Amino acid sequence: MSRMPPLHTVHDDRGAKFTDFGGWEMPVSFDSIREEHAAVREHAGIFDVSHMSEIDVSGPDAIELTQRLTTNDVTRLEPGNSQYACITTEEGIILDDTIVYRLADRDGEPLVRFVPNAGHDQQMYDRWVDHRDEWNLDATVENVTDEWAMFAVQGPEAEGLMTTAADPSAADLSWTEFESFEIAGVRCLVSRTGYTGEDGFEVLCPASDAEPVWSALDCQPCGLGARDTLRTEMGYLLSGQDFDPDEEPRTPLEANIEFTVALDTDFVGRDAIAAQKDAGIDERFTGLMLEERGVPRHGYEVTDTDGESIGHLTSGTMSPTLGEPIGLGYLDAGVEAGETVHVRVRGKPKEATVTTPPFITD
Amino acid sequence: MSFDVPEDKRYLESHEWTSTDDETVRVGITDFAQDELGDVVFVELPSVGDTVTAGETFGVVESIKAVSDLYSPVTGEVVAVNEALFDEPELVNDDPFGDGWMLEVDADDPTGHDALLSPDAYAAQIE
Repeated sequence: MSRMPPLHTVHDDRGAKFTDFGGWEMPVSFDSIREEHAAVREHAGIFDVSHMSEIDVSGPDAIELTQRLTTNDVTRLEPGNSQYACITTEEGIILDDTIVYRLADRDGEPLVRFVPNAGHDQQMYDRWVDHRDEWNLDATVENVTDEWAMFAVQGPEAEGLMTTAADPSAADLSWTEFESFEIAGVRCLVSRTGYTGEDGFEVLCPASDAEPVWSALDCQPCGLGARDTLRTEMGYLLSGQDFDPDEEPRTPLEANIEFTVALDTDFVGRDAIAAQKDAGIDERFTGLMLEERGVPRHGYEVTDTDGESIGHLTSGTMSPTLGEPIGLGYLDAGVEAGETVHVRVRGKPKEATVTTPPFITD
Repeated sequence: MSFDVPEDKRYLESHEWTSTDDETVRVGITDFAQDELGDVVFVELPSVGDTVTAGETFGVVESIKAVSDLYSPVTGEVVAVNEALFDEPELVNDDPFGDGWMLEVDADDPTGHDALLSPDAYAAQIE
């Protein structure tokens, strides 16, 4: 039984096509991926990302519990700021990536909300509860995923939309900061974050009041298809595809997001990651552009020009912005940008150039 | 949403269409198929002189989000390929029954064409 975002019917009436993602039935496109992608790069687009999970952690040890279960340094977050982090196993393998928000204190005690990916809410809730009990910490953990709708408004015109719909001071938010604003009379949490490479905002609002908020942020509705092409052009990781504890077990160093790792903090997986940092990594997440006709895809093998395997792709698409085929994946750490390699497309080698993402720049 | 299902064509359950002028059989994918795929970005087709076999794959069509095999409705020799699709794969979206055609085949058994789905039968399938 699929989980439905609060505005499923609204999107259906608007003519959306749906897909299953992480157990949720979500819009994959409203018009066409190409149109939606271009709207975000050139103007603005709005995504329903209510499939993302929300877990609240409160109480005297809320910070310590989250500090010990995420790779970044939660103690550096002031209320009103957020950070990107990984959740890793003892072996340093990424279970999920997440944004951690330090909210205003509740009843005089710290409150953090973290947003794991779709379908990970129960697993992460359990992980926090189990470790809280194991470490005898005083914190309340709540899975509030179904209470919240989440929208992303992205693109060069996102700021104008948000200042009109919320408050002129929304323009003052710097990247990763958030604040509470009323949109269409609904109290929302508005953060300057996103997954497209454009300026923009993400909005959490109560699921029961989602429709007026969605309507107030009036711009091109976009589905998960455009979300995927936009993030692929930036080289952003997709949980469950570019890393996955079962199918693609990777550490933050291999995934090339070392900036999420604060080795001077104590967290599950820290020692394994520190040891790997000393020893060096064998493979690293990077990108390539195909020089021949074709489309790089998840699972395709990458070889050197002699046919020796040097890695594989985990994502790929035809870049709508560039009109060029682009891929992301793990290649031998010694492979450098600019090198010519081969991607095996249905058994046939096709020439490609290793390219450090992002594929597009301002 | 309703899709074009031209009366002068025959169809495969796998969403290819054929039309014939008694000499050759022209092959493409349907309006329904192009809509399901979304923005087509790449088409891989056989070369003129290659043989295609009824019910077997003859190529691949890729949209931004999906890779889909193409199945041949007939057996025979490829006599023409729509090379315009290599530079403008979006023709498959814009005009699937016209400029978005893919192959012309000199069919071994011209009557095989009649055994395919009628427009009514195909329209019922995609309802």
